[in-house]
Amino acid sequence: MTLYFLNFVLLIIGLYALVVKRHIVKKILGVAIMEYAVNLFLILLGFKKSGIAPILTEDMDLRTFIHTAVDPLPQALVLTSIVIGLGTLALMVAMAIRLYERYGTFDMDEINRLRG
Amino acid sequence: MGALLPLFTAIPVFSAILMLIVGKFDKKNFPRIWSILTSLSLLFILAAIWDKGTIIHEMGGWKPPFGVVLVKDNLSQFMLLIVNIVAFLTIIYSYVYMKKFEDYLRFFTLFLFMLAGMNGVVLTGDLFNLFVFLEIASIASYALVGYGVDAEELEASFKYLILGALASVFILFGIGMIYSLTGSVNMADVARFIIKNNLGNNNALLMATGLFIVGFGLKAGLVPFHAWLPDAHSSAPAPISVMLSGVLIKVLGIYAFIRIFYCVIGITPVVSNIFITMGVISMLVGAFMGFGQDDMKRMFAFSSVSQMGYIAVGIGIGTPFAIIGALFHLLNHAGFKSLLFLSSGAIETSTGTRNLSELGGLGKKMPVTSAASVIGSLSIAGVPPFNGFWSKLIIILAAFSAGYVWLGAILVLTAFLTLAYYLRFQKNVIFGEPSSNVKDAKEAPLLMLLPIIVFAIFCLLAGIFNGWIISNIVIPAQSIILDQLGYISSVMGI
Amino acid sequence: MKEEKQSGMTFIVKTITNLIVGFMLVFGAYVVLYGHITPGGGFPGGVMIALTYILITLAYGRKVVESIVSGVTGSIMDDIGAIAIIILGFIGLYIGGTFLFNFLPKGTPFNLFSGGYIILYNLAIMLKVGMSLYIVFLALAILQRVVTTRDETKEAGK
Repeated sequence: MTLYFLNFVLLIIGLYALVVKRHIVKKILGVAIMEYAVNLFLILLGFKKSGIAPILTEDMDLRTFIHTAVDPLPQALVLTSIVIGLGTLALMVAMAIRLYERYGTFDMDEINRLRG
Repeated sequence: MGALLPLFTAIPVFSAILMLIVGKFDKKNFPRIWSILTSLSLLFILAAIWDKGTIIHEMGGWKPPFGVVLVKDNLSQFMLLIVNIVAFLTIIYSYVYMKKFEDYLRFFTLFLFMLAGMNGVVLTGDLFNLFVFLEIASIASYALVGYGVDAEELEASFKYLILGALASVFILFGIGMIYSLTGSVNMADVARFIIKNNLGNNNALLMATGLFIVGFGLKAGLVPFHAWLPDAHSSAPAPISVMLSGVLIKVLGIYAFIRIFYCVIGITPVVSNIFITMGVISMLVGAFMGFGQDDMKRMFAFSSVSQMGYIAVGIGIGTPFAIIGALFHLLNHAGFKSLLFLSSGAIETSTGTRNLSELGGLGKKMPVTSAASVIGSLSIAGVPPFNGFWSKLIIILAAFSAGYVWLGAILVLTAFLTLAYYLRFQKNVIFGEPSSNVKDAKEAPLLMLLPIIVFAIFCLLAGIFNGWIISNIVIPAQSIILDQLGYISSVMGI
Repeated sequence: MKEEKQSGMTFIVKTITNLIVGFMLVFGAYVVLYGHITPGGGFPGGVMIALTYILITLAYGRKVVESIVSGVTGSIMDDIGAIAIIILGFIGLYIGGTFLFNFLPKGTPFNLFSGGYIILYNLAIMLKVGMSLYIVFLALAILQRVVTTRDETKEAGK
């Protein structure tokens, strides 16, 4: 139970960094931390106390494997999600560099020409 | 027959990568012609599977709930029609429009990836697969919005990017909560589990509902999550504004809402009331903010927020009549909003400006574009005999007959407000004396005019033949939405 | 007056890079090829191979790594990996009737050539992911060069 609570704290830290900080790179890091927190949540869902990794070796019985292994489905989902997060992060960083070229500053409060 | 379903995503992706390989040798002509051929082939495949009932395709031969299934039922076919036709006409339009950006290769590659992602969202029967295709479409659209070289376009794209990433995080969190509750991510399996164990008021399900409303509301542009929409839709190039406002916010926002809340989780009065509230606030905010805009495309973007509010109210009311109105309005909005954005692109190419205060008297210089944009404005304002009148009338009558008297009054008021600011657009741009920017304006090239004319004819015909369209296209889609058990049995084969 | 900048990093970093690069490439290939038996597969193996090239970029500078694998070569290999994934899916559609059908013989478990076409998929994904990461890093390095020269001209002009 404490694991889920700490995971939620990580999500809130990421949300805080995204909302409160003004520097663009800190906002990007906030989004990255939030994505880590959600991936960790998905893996925690399959966690089993004193479970083994879901790898079938040659000398293992199928029955013990099913009873003691942690759930492998969320791990497959998280692999995909990590790759998606990587793509989004690369796009955000490229956009931040081009913004710096145009505006000359990394401060989000000054990059605010579109209003209304 | 089911083997045709994965082609809707596989063919655009294959075309995009092929364009990247061949485009190293021929940058100008091959991307454009190949994209038109790809989009045309998708329309042929859609005609082949039209109205054949519910088709299921199991990827890799694995049966549900172990494998990923692709499901085409009447609602998916309705959305596929909208997505593919708008995409085809937009590709024809951008054949000529993208000349000023000079980078055809990357534009059409990203465009085809966005099309593949949207087709995938509509056709999938698995929650996590929905998330993956949603991300593909979203990331392609983030890159496409920031396509220009001006400073303001980059800022709009960055804002859209951050809010879109936030929405995706929330959606993934919601999918995780549903997985923890039911042990499966297949949509029909989750629905069957929830019905069998009567989990309607489970706390985990309520939290997942909240997360989905925030996540998909951000994607759909409903208030209070609309902050990115005016900037992104007005700063993007005109064909991308068409795709964003005409299809993307509908597929990623409204279609995902309908699929998850009507077919998977099950609709409850709390969720309906939240939809209606968000819809009403969106309508009013969009209408009032649309008045003070000088930039033509920004006004259209706020109008999109307002019309999304109409559709959300229709879906929230939940009676069959209201859902018919909402779906018909979805189809109509794709028609006339695309028409308006395309004509704004034509105006910008000819005169070099988009501000209402600098334009005037275009009716004499650009007759076809002006006539088409007059048709578009009358349609969206809800003037008979164009199509907007019928869909808004159905939603208003459904609101009154379901007992929401105040809601019906607000709907009528918003219709009048919409009429008001579109009349202002008409007066400033089309009629009056030609201003200095307009003096040298010529009519737009033929390839840019063709899609505009097609959309204008659609607005006229859909208004006149609305009965035929409703009974053949909209009602099958609506009957799927309210039939949760039918969906489960057709996918799982029980 | 601009001094001649020494490209890359110090001598210690270059020596250790020389020693490690071979191991990293072999280990990345092992993770990719045995992806259906031990944990790993295309994506982590591809990341390791991309990291090899990124390490060479950091240690030696951009010009050296572009003479090994240039941006255009990386882009073409990236596209070949992506096309291979889709074509394998289409072959599955043609042979088995469903997309991504497993059409190679499955063999005995725990062998290298078991599990059907998973090994081909791992190789295609390794090409795609590895080269994508490398090209993105190269593009960001070029952009960063543009930004720093702009800053230097602004500083010099003040």
